[in-house]
Amino acid sequence: MITLTDVSKSYRTRGGWVKVLDRINLQVKRGEKVGILGRNGAGKSTMIRLISGAEQPDRGTVTRQMTVSWPIAFGGAFQGTLTGLDNLRFICRIYGVAPEDKIAFVEEFSELGRYLREPVKNYSSGMRARLAFAISMVIDFDCFLIDEVVAVGDDRFTRKCQEELFEKRRDRAMIIVSHSHDYIKQHCKRVVMLENGFLTYFDDMDKAYHVYSSDNQSITN
Amino acid sequence: MFDAINPMGERSLSRSWTIQRRVIGALLLREILTRFGRHNIGFLWLFVEPMMFTLGVTALWTFAKAGHGSSLPIVAFALTGYSSVLLWRNMPGRCISAIEPNLSLLYHRYVKIIDIYYARLTLEAMGATISFVILTIFFISIKWLEPPEDVLKVFAGWAMLTWFGGALAIFLGSLAYDNELVDKIWHPASYLIFPLSGAAFLVDALPKAAQELVLYIPMVHGVELLREGYFGSAITAHYDMAYMASFSATLTFLGLLRVRALRNRVIPA
Repeated sequence: MITLTDVSKSYRTRGGWVKVLDRINLQVKRGEKVGILGRNGAGKSTMIRLISGAEQPDRGTVTRQMTVSWPIAFGGAFQGTLTGLDNLRFICRIYGVAPEDKIAFVEEFSELGRYLREPVKNYSSGMRARLAFAISMVIDFDCFLIDEVVAVGDDRFTRKCQEELFEKRRDRAMIIVSHSHDYIKQHCKRVVMLENGFLTYFDDMDKAYHVYSSDNQSITN
Repeated sequence: MFDAINPMGERSLSRSWTIQRRVIGALLLREILTRFGRHNIGFLWLFVEPMMFTLGVTALWTFAKAGHGSSLPIVAFALTGYSSVLLWRNMPGRCISAIEPNLSLLYHRYVKIIDIYYARLTLEAMGATISFVILTIFFISIKWLEPPEDVLKVFAGWAMLTWFGGALAIFLGSLAYDNELVDKIWHPASYLIFPLSGAAFLVDALPKAAQELVLYIPMVHGVELLREGYFGSAITAHYDMAYMASFSATLTFLGLLRVRALRNRVIPA
């Protein structure tokens, strides 16, 4: 179980403090798939960082009674001058997993071949994304955080990722953040909408979408 | 191996320690590979670079016949003095810009800002220490230097300087995160403190009034103790380790407090 209790978070901007999350409450049980819908800048990524523990709330508590991943396929933590293999080893060391057992999987899954032994800075963005996804699958978590649609490489590779994540790990909890209603509908049983710092809960996916899109309408008008 | 991520036990002290040790180890290896790479002499640069510095300064002082107010051989004087400068000057330099390039690492919950500092400080301390030891052995073996009279005192002085350097580094590093003035001021400040740090003089050779003033500077005490260990009876050392320890302890405390405050300010990116 992951429990967010009265979680608030503000950021200082040039125009003063902005409250991104205002006394948010959320519970995610084992195996549950929860979608977080919200427009750009609504605070979805902030929520993901708070849930993952990368950031601390100003107020309220986040408790984790299962292991929680970093945002899946996040490749920002790669050190460009290091090889893909070095970066894999680094992640493994941090999470206390023996890297040797994982090299074969990453090599095979990422389809990087000999490039795995080249500095990451020489990778194309597609290669980087493939490596990032493969490394995300190396550590076993009870709950996976997915920030935006996992669309890595070409269609075939995207399907491979979907299979690895949503089929092979279908027993895990997942928290999916997106502004794509379809993507969330496809994978989640429950959706919450984040707007102006508040969360609205929906059991009915289409109702959520209705509210979400009508809000978007009123903004574009 | 995997039990270490068991969230139920995450709060227990021994588990936190296991995780932290693991993370610092991983960061250390990453730093070594990033900074020195695998080309030419690789990680040997860790201590070859400070050795070049120390040798260069030793050579300069020898040729310039720098007056330092004692009959000590200039090589011994430069070695003990400049090596200590490497400790307190390079450590803050490495910590002042440590957070920004590593912001993305903070997406991994186990990686804390303090771990990034610890990894960098360990590396700096290792480099300076290995360089100091190798040069000492080298100069002793070619008979330019007598073996230290009291190795324990040398060790104590070195340890105190390392503590001071590390504490100063964490303090300045965490202060510099959202205050660019710190970086701007530290560069000239470190140059100006250098001649006052005890590296280039013996306290005993100064006039009484100057001695009192100079002994307010914490690293002077460490260098004096280090030199007493080296030269023992040949010099009269002036130091107050309690003063240096309380100075370092205060810096450590303030630094850790500040790092704690940063926890709520630094946004992983």
